[in-house]
Amino acid sequence: MKVLVPVKRVVDYTVRVRPRSDGSGVDIANLKMSMNPFDEIAMEEAVRLREAGVATEVVAVSIGPAAAQDTLRTALAFGADRALLLETEESLAPVVISRALAAVVGEESPDLVLMGKQAIDDDCNQTAQMLAARVGWGQGTFACRLEMGDGEVIVTREVDGGTRTVALGLPAVVSTDLRLNEPRYLKLPNIMKAKKKPLDRRPLDSLGVDTRSGIRMVSVAEPPARKPGVRVADVGELLDKLKNEAQVI
Amino acid sequence: MTVLVVAEHDHRHLADVTRRTVSAALALGDAVDVLVAGQDCQAVGEAAAALEGVSRVLLCDDPTYAHQLAEPLAELVISLASDYSAVLAAATTQGKDFMPRVAARLDVAQVSDITGIEGPTTFERPIYAGNVMARVICEDPIRVITVRPTAFDPVGEGGSASIETVPAAQDPGLSRFVEESLTESERPELGAARVVVSGGRGVGSAEGFQLLESLADELNAAIGASRAAVDAGFVPNDYQVGQTGKVVAPELYIAVGISGAIQHWAGMKDSKVVVAINRDEEAPMVQMADYALVGDLFEVLPALRDGLRALKS
Repeated sequence: MKVLVPVKRVVDYTVRVRPRSDGSGVDIANLKMSMNPFDEIAMEEAVRLREAGVATEVVAVSIGPAAAQDTLRTALAFGADRALLLETEESLAPVVISRALAAVVGEESPDLVLMGKQAIDDDCNQTAQMLAARVGWGQGTFACRLEMGDGEVIVTREVDGGTRTVALGLPAVVSTDLRLNEPRYLKLPNIMKAKKKPLDRRPLDSLGVDTRSGIRMVSVAEPPARKPGVRVADVGELLDKLKNEAQVI
Repeated sequence: MTVLVVAEHDHRHLADVTRRTVSAALALGDAVDVLVAGQDCQAVGEAAAALEGVSRVLLCDDPTYAHQLAEPLAELVISLASDYSAVLAAATTQGKDFMPRVAARLDVAQVSDITGIEGPTTFERPIYAGNVMARVICEDPIRVITVRPTAFDPVGEGGSASIETVPAAQDPGLSRFVEESLTESERPELGAARVVVSGGRGVGSAEGFQLLESLADELNAAIGASRAAVDAGFVPNDYQVGQTGKVVAPELYIAVGISGAIQHWAGMKDSKVVVAINRDEEAPMVQMADYALVGDLFEVLPALRDGLRALKS
């Protein structure tokens, strides 16, 4: 079985971003960048399938600037067999990314696409579902458990109120939630080995997909600030404040 | 043109999030239809028809929708979408599941998790875990939108929309429901509760959460948790508040033993009043809360519960 894992290069989750003062966007120059945490979980799951003998090949793909090579090297250090970078300097909406990934799926014919449920920069939570729709496959979103059945994949999903389990015929798209696994710590020998693995770079244009979309971000701003809080000395004062000042009890 | 809202329900009751989504749909300025797809869901259709401002309810009562699977539900919405200027659903795990499928098949963008509407094509939504608010314009012919329920007030009742039956769409047969495991709770639903008492790693154990329970009893509150508390197994995962869990905006949010990482803050920062109870006075939650009480939660919580009881009597 061949597994395709799309990964995204994003501002590291530990970094606090701020809007530019003119509101034109978020300044991410010189910030620490990393693989989107949900994509690390997808990568880990794909490599576990490979180690269990279920997957025979794991291919990582990223759509982004030349610097996204680093993210793909990380994917290779996790254990991906090879990587593909579709280069573009544009920041593209999920609807466009899903067009491009559908074209990659057409070229690569994977049996399973494993990807993060959302990127922590745009917080969209769309691309996996959009890809599944475009290629006409079933989808298992927000997976916290994944098992291979006979010609199908059984996905337990995290939903409001608990979990739901669905069975999907293969090929299928699965998006990962936080509790699916704990990504491994990358060891130096694997990072060294990853440098020798094949990483194919092509311009995104080579796929021939339309990169236009009807959506654009026009400005960004800080969220409204809360007024400074107060320290209360004891339970009595807290109750008094909640009752008389905030009037919420 | 008219806006379509896809209702969320358990086949018997209309979810509160749909009342809030209808409120967002009305803000777009057009007539609003509501689609109710399910099995034996007549009562849900009637509840939707009674919502203020709804023009028509499209009722699709068919076994295909018994489990609200994304693939068949998306097919149905796609079959109806061309009559509408916008399609809206709540940004719940269900809305997030099927709506991008609808958008991709219409080859339009989706605007996820909107918190504000400035006009028919201009929306506000949080990015970077709520640290930045973005204004986006969507000029696609059909706007596909998921709505953050806590950002909109629910519409009232008193409407009398007509109910029309619509046929089921072809089931693409891509997935099959296996089972579901729901957490049983007699407390108010986390997303809709007026008061939320939430615990973190500092609570220490599942037993520790019983202290939160007894406080929540006094306040008729829902119980929430940070990711650390969920990962430690203190409570089930659907208690999780945050960027990757539920987003809540109650009148009162009491954070107990929660340090206040940005991923958690993103899920509760719109609460009207935030109280932090924490031993560590350097914890971000203590810095950000409206009222912070530095102390041992095992002493504070029983005292707080007793104090509330005394206030009531």
